Amino acid sequence: MWPAVALSLELATVTTCVLLLLGVPLAWALVRANSWWGEAVSALVALPIVLPPTVIGFYLLILLGPHGPLAPILAHFGLRTLAFSFPGLVIGSVIYSLPFMVQPVRNAFRELGPAPWEAALTLRARPLDAFFAVALPLAQGGIITGTILAFAHTLGEFGVVLMIGGDIPGRTEVLSIVIFNDVDTMQWGQAGVLAGGMALFSFAVVLVTFLAEKRMARLRA
Amino acid sequence: MLTAKSVARRRFTAWLSAFALAAILPLNAARAASIPVAVAANFTAPAKELAANFQLATGNTLVLSFGASGAFFTQIGQGAPFEIFLSADSARPKKLVESGLGVGGSEFTYATGKLVLWSATPGLVDSQGKVLSDGKFAHLAIAAPKSAPYGEAAIETMKALNVYDQLQSRIVVGESINQAYQFTASGSAELGFVAYSQVIKSKKGSEWLVPQNLYKPITQDAVLLKTGENDPAAQAFLAYLKTPAALKIIRSYGYVTAP
Repeated sequence: MWPAVALSLELATVTTCVLLLLGVPLAWALVRANSWWGEAVSALVALPIVLPPTVIGFYLLILLGPHGPLAPILAHFGLRTLAFSFPGLVIGSVIYSLPFMVQPVRNAFRELGPAPWEAALTLRARPLDAFFAVALPLAQGGIITGTILAFAHTLGEFGVVLMIGGDIPGRTEVLSIVIFNDVDTMQWGQAGVLAGGMALFSFAVVLVTFLAEKRMARLRA
Repeated sequence: MLTAKSVARRRFTAWLSAFALAAILPLNAARAASIPVAVAANFTAPAKELAANFQLATGNTLVLSFGASGAFFTQIGQGAPFEIFLSADSARPKKLVESGLGVGGSEFTYATGKLVLWSATPGLVDSQGKVLSDGKFAHLAIAAPKSAPYGEAAIETMKALNVYDQLQSRIVVGESINQAYQFTASGSAELGFVAYSQVIKSKKGSEWLVPQNLYKPITQDAVLLKTGENDPAAQAFLAYLKTPAALKIIRSYGYVTAP
């Protein structure tokens, strides 16, 4: 049970870090893009919210599998498939949790409006400096919310992992899979402990997010 | 005042209600019975064929659910509305009868399953199963041993061959034998212990039919559940499973049946 908890925490941490690196610039680009394709990309990013995990799992199986488009690249590293591996789960989780990072950050950037950014540029700040010194700090509320949500969402991920994970203890057997197996095999004591822990943790996460947002709103006012 | 628009909207709402009703009504209408059946995943293909034949002969439809025997056992314990359970073992049907959820005396063995080591790659699996100890492969798929009897048989086989310890790190687990088969058929896992019934009808890949002395016989029992005790259609299907016509279908998938 504890290896699965540790693995879930590791997966959520790695995924959240990747999402910070990917999601924040993406959110920024989406706000700056003033054309129809910006909305199209936004819709694409939001898809995992409405798509069943099985659809994502299905495409990942094809993408990561031995006959998939990534196979030639994987072969360079001596790998046949990324299914059944931790990196495979990270790729799946990044896609699955992407909207939970991008949406709040995008909203934060959008709420700022162009004014602070343009002011910085007028003062001859270089765009990269303006991004790090002005845009990022001002959007920190959204970034914190996105980080918390992406982390919690990845921690609770189930369907995608069930489809591509292969249930390997210590490598792909995450918390939610252990709960599933425990219920299937009537080990309800352990299932209860893990499920209770997840419920409590998730409640705490959502509560903290709400409180933080309230505080931010008060600070802004 | 009724504008053309609001009339159109009302008409639309009326149509919508009519459709909704039409969708619900047939469920309540008294027609030929439909029987919910929980089927162990390994028996997926034969169960579909048997159900089609049974429906042709009697007009009764079977609503088949496929999954790991252990998962169904739990679900039935929690009141899942199945009337029949075709398990992949004999222990679970027996336990259901003992706990009052199955009808006493209704259990019988409808098939004895066989385990096969299979690969989608031709020539990878040799006729002695030596690939397990000598072969180069990254992943070996099995079904979840705790909830799927074919997974348990796979573990027994590897232990009997003294290769379990060296293979352990390469095992990937499907939640049922159907997922183990999918992992193997897609090539994600090069090898898999699957049910013979899953590969017997295709001529693809390579296989080793595991000798029976390496694992406990997979005696697959059917049981009538209390929810189906008074359903003549459910009883008729169980009786049908014992007919020569049904046994012939079951054997054609590589199962052994009582003579």
